[in-house]
Amino acid sequence: MQTPSPPNNRPPSAAIAVQGLSHWYGRGDAQRQVLQEVELSIAAGEVVLLTGPSGCGKTTLLTLVGALRQVQAGSVQLFGAELLGAGRRERQQLRRRIGMIFQGHNLLRCLTAEQNVQMGADLLPGLGYRARRDQAREWLRAVGLGDHLGKLPHDLSGGQKQRVAIARALAARPELLLADEPTAALDSRSGREVVDLLRRLARDQGCAVLMVTHDPRILDVADRLLRMEDGRLFDQVLEA
Amino acid sequence: MLSRVLASIGGLWRSRRIPLAWLLLTRQPMRLAVALAGIAFAGILMFMQLGFRDGLFEASVTVHKLFDTDVVLLSPRTTSSIGMASFPRRRLVQTLADPEVVSISPVNWNLLLWRNPEARTTRSILTLGFEPDDPIFLDPAISSQAKLLQNRGWILFDERSRPEFGPVSAWLKQGRTVETEVSGERIRVAGLVSLGPSFGADGNMITSRETYLRLMPNSPPGNIELGLIRLQPGADPDAAVSRLKRLLPGDVRVLTKAGFEELEKTYWRTSTAIGFIFTLGAGMGFVVGCVIVYQILYSDVSDHLPEYATLMAMGYRLPGLLGVVAREGLLLAVLGYLPAYVAGQGLYALVRSGTRLPVVMDPQRALLVFSMILVMCLGSAGLAMRRLGDADPAEIF
Repeated sequence: MQTPSPPNNRPPSAAIAVQGLSHWYGRGDAQRQVLQEVELSIAAGEVVLLTGPSGCGKTTLLTLVGALRQVQAGSVQLFGAELLGAGRRERQQLRRRIGMIFQGHNLLRCLTAEQNVQMGADLLPGLGYRARRDQAREWLRAVGLGDHLGKLPHDLSGGQKQRVAIARALAARPELLLADEPTAALDSRSGREVVDLLRRLARDQGCAVLMVTHDPRILDVADRLLRMEDGRLFDQVLEA
Repeated sequence: MLSRVLASIGGLWRSRRIPLAWLLLTRQPMRLAVALAGIAFAGILMFMQLGFRDGLFEASVTVHKLFDTDVVLLSPRTTSSIGMASFPRRRLVQTLADPEVVSISPVNWNLLLWRNPEARTTRSILTLGFEPDDPIFLDPAISSQAKLLQNRGWILFDERSRPEFGPVSAWLKQGRTVETEVSGERIRVAGLVSLGPSFGADGNMITSRETYLRLMPNSPPGNIELGLIRLQPGADPDAAVSRLKRLLPGDVRVLTKAGFEELEKTYWRTSTAIGFIFTLGAGMGFVVGCVIVYQILYSDVSDHLPEYATLMAMGYRLPGLLGVVAREGLLLAVLGYLPAYVAGQGLYALVRSGTRLPVVMDPQRALLVFSMILVMCLGSAGLAMRRLGDADPAEIF
């Protein structure tokens, strides 16, 4: 069991280090602040859950940390690299080190489960086709879908699709995993399975996890629980 | 060397990726079928229009090609096979002064009125008059029948003439004697030759100069419309043309055989709207194809926009994804060209049997249509790529 690092003491191994992050949408009179002076640090191997009412800025934080959006003010360091002022190309390179799991599974409809996972493995440099394919199969077995390699997303259930998405995210060997309500579309049992799997695999890889969720049944997988309200981030006491 | 090539191929094979473009297309068979039908249709349209255009130009010189000659003499007033002017025959005799000229043959050439022996209607027929002892044609089958023409009033009929001239060849093959009128004079069909209809003439007949002059009593006997000049083997026709031009006065035109054919083709190209019409038709096919391929690729990119955005979020680069769209265009071009080529071949055969026009699939046109389809598909892919710029990975959470 890894001990979560205290929030105010950022070790150099921190996957994410956010300081004074503020973000606005719109311009002029219509401008609206969605993030206010957010401070956040997540160490490698740490699982952090983020909750809060909808519209409070959770997803915006996720897209900023995921290098999908330009940082406007404050500092976001990913694996030691500063995102404030980073260009398109730099952000794209950083994204290769981040796994993302979406509310909808966002699998490619025209690819089989195995090919979808391989799209993740294909991002790894210097590996032959066969090695990448074998890795994809390995990951699908790890998420318990060894028997569904050749199925199209269309033929898989919601939980199975979400597990394929997890395998795809992990196949690129990310150092940070961002998940946005991965259990929203699942029933409680498969939701539980997916989260447990995510936690176990992330732990094995030493991969930091930042997961946005509304699901009260899965809060216990977190090392740390954060709550966001009106663009501000608060630590929440874990009752476990 | 070979091992290095193999090693680099092996390296490429090892680093290959999932064929995303191929899978995007083939996993949507209906859309693919519509796209391929559209491209094939455009391709067929281009094949047909360009085929007709080139076939018509080619058909204008079917007779020209048959002459056994290196250099020809024409009147400067001659514009085409349907506007042959005459010039003094002695100009042709003068060319014998050139050391490289081996033999000469005078030919009379005009359009005369042929009466259909069955229906009794008249129609223009291209008539060639020559000395029966002179082998003016490359085809030995014609020369061997030429001696029949020494009989006055006998002619050889082109069996590939259009059916409007009457069932001449059928009757002849049944053993019937076929007699009819040309320019009001009685003639007898002595045999059949194979020349082929050309642009200006639906049918052909050949005869002796003596019979020709009987059919054309107003034509001065010392005048001819075409002079054939054969050179020593290995002689350069272009050099001979420039020598003969210096030798002869300006009342004749000297051309090589190729120049003679080009004169005819140029006439049809420039003095008629044919080239324009068929090129426009091919252009329409191109535009229709562009619209179809663009529609297909644009909606394909639009439908998969969230998936492209996901790939960008995963760390795939935009140029790489643009490459996927480009490869889709390339695949569509190749897959759509194949049915167009096959159908083009079939339709050409149909046109050949239906119109007797020499419409064939020559490699140059096959390549031209392929390049047009390629431009069509890659251009459309390029336009559809702009849609990919709308894929925002920040919007997918």
